[in-house]
Amino acid sequence: MSELSPLFEVFLRGRRGLDHIHVGSLHAQDAGQALEYARDTYIRRSEGVSIWVVESKDIHASQESDVASFYDPMDDKPYRHATHYTLPDGVDNM
Amino acid sequence: MAEANDLEQVFENKIDAEEKIEPKDWMPEGYRKNLIRQMSQHAHSEVIGMQPEGNWLTRAPTLERKSVLLAKIQDEAGHGLYLYSATETLGITREEIVQALHDGRAKYASIFNYPSLTWADIGAIGWLVDGAAIVNQVALQRTSYGPYARAMVRICKEESFHQRQGYESIAVLARGSAQQKAMAQDALNRWWWPSLMMFGPHDADSAHSAQSMLWKIKRKSNDELRQSFVDQTVSQAEIIDLEIPDPDLKWNEQRQHFDFGEIDWDEFKQVINGNGLCNRERLAQHKKAHANGAWVRDAVAAYVKGKTGESGE
Repeated sequence: MSELSPLFEVFLRGRRGLDHIHVGSLHAQDAGQALEYARDTYIRRSEGVSIWVVESKDIHASQESDVASFYDPMDDKPYRHATHYTLPDGVDNM
Repeated sequence: MAEANDLEQVFENKIDAEEKIEPKDWMPEGYRKNLIRQMSQHAHSEVIGMQPEGNWLTRAPTLERKSVLLAKIQDEAGHGLYLYSATETLGITREEIVQALHDGRAKYASIFNYPSLTWADIGAIGWLVDGAAIVNQVALQRTSYGPYARAMVRICKEESFHQRQGYESIAVLARGSAQQKAMAQDALNRWWWPSLMMFGPHDADSAHSAQSMLWKIKRKSNDELRQSFVDQTVSQAEIIDLEIPDPDLKWNEQRQHFDFGEIDWDEFKQVINGNGLCNRERLAQHKKAHANGAWVRDAVAAYVKGKTGESGE
């Protein structure tokens, strides 16, 4: 097989105001083509109003093994959650 | 010229249809300026707001309270960063935004110019100041500018912890010794009126309100938001047996809202214009911290320069 065209990651915005969300990836010769392929591949049923394509090589990602330093859930700090604090009866919606 | 009108029409149509404006959309210069003013002011408030709380960090009464306060202050820094990043999508740099604060061209919430005199103030700040901020921010989740709205959603998720820890903290004092209870009442007395001022001038006197409402940057008026805050806070005070320092406060059966006394607008103007108790201290502290961090920014720049140098670019 000859050299693959570059890989692009595809992000869709479901409707205006929402974040773009990663939906998948595809190969294309350039960004313009990637946008067209993304439209063909991912938007057939009003899935979105905006597409971002980013070359996969331009995405810098944390490693699974870095989980402790990047994604420590801080389970030892329950006081960071609102539910940690008991409210007196009669106080709702805080 | 016809083209500009079309762009404006497209923009207006989006606003009318309750659609968000995104960074790459055309927008009127006034809309952009108004957003930069409001969002950077909001960001500065988060950052300057760390100072009155930081004042008690080393004197928190227990390790638990200290951990909570530290976590809250860390959140405020994070909220400032969400908001600075969202503001930067409007084509202004962080340096410009910070410079405007240092030059006095950009403001921050006037409440942070009041001193935190006792430990009870930390509870009062969480309960009242964060409580008022939440009322404002919940409405702003529906603001017309996409990045601002999304930042508000993230912030609101975290704010509930802030208000609850404050309320719980002041509630503990309110049911403590006579001295502790007096301290809690004193904190409420001092923070109540500045909290009401957080919502800004009356609608009729607010310089930017009318246009901001038309553009749906603001979704509820200053007076509407202030009323919501008063309505929800009165019973919270009653439940912990503290008295809101306003002789005119009473339920209005007809309006189905609480009536309340007039804010001291002269004090409000004085504080906004730089003459509050802590204005100079707050700004001086921010400038000092910024200057003290210069070597970090320089080091980062030098590191990046060194790295690109190595790769021969």
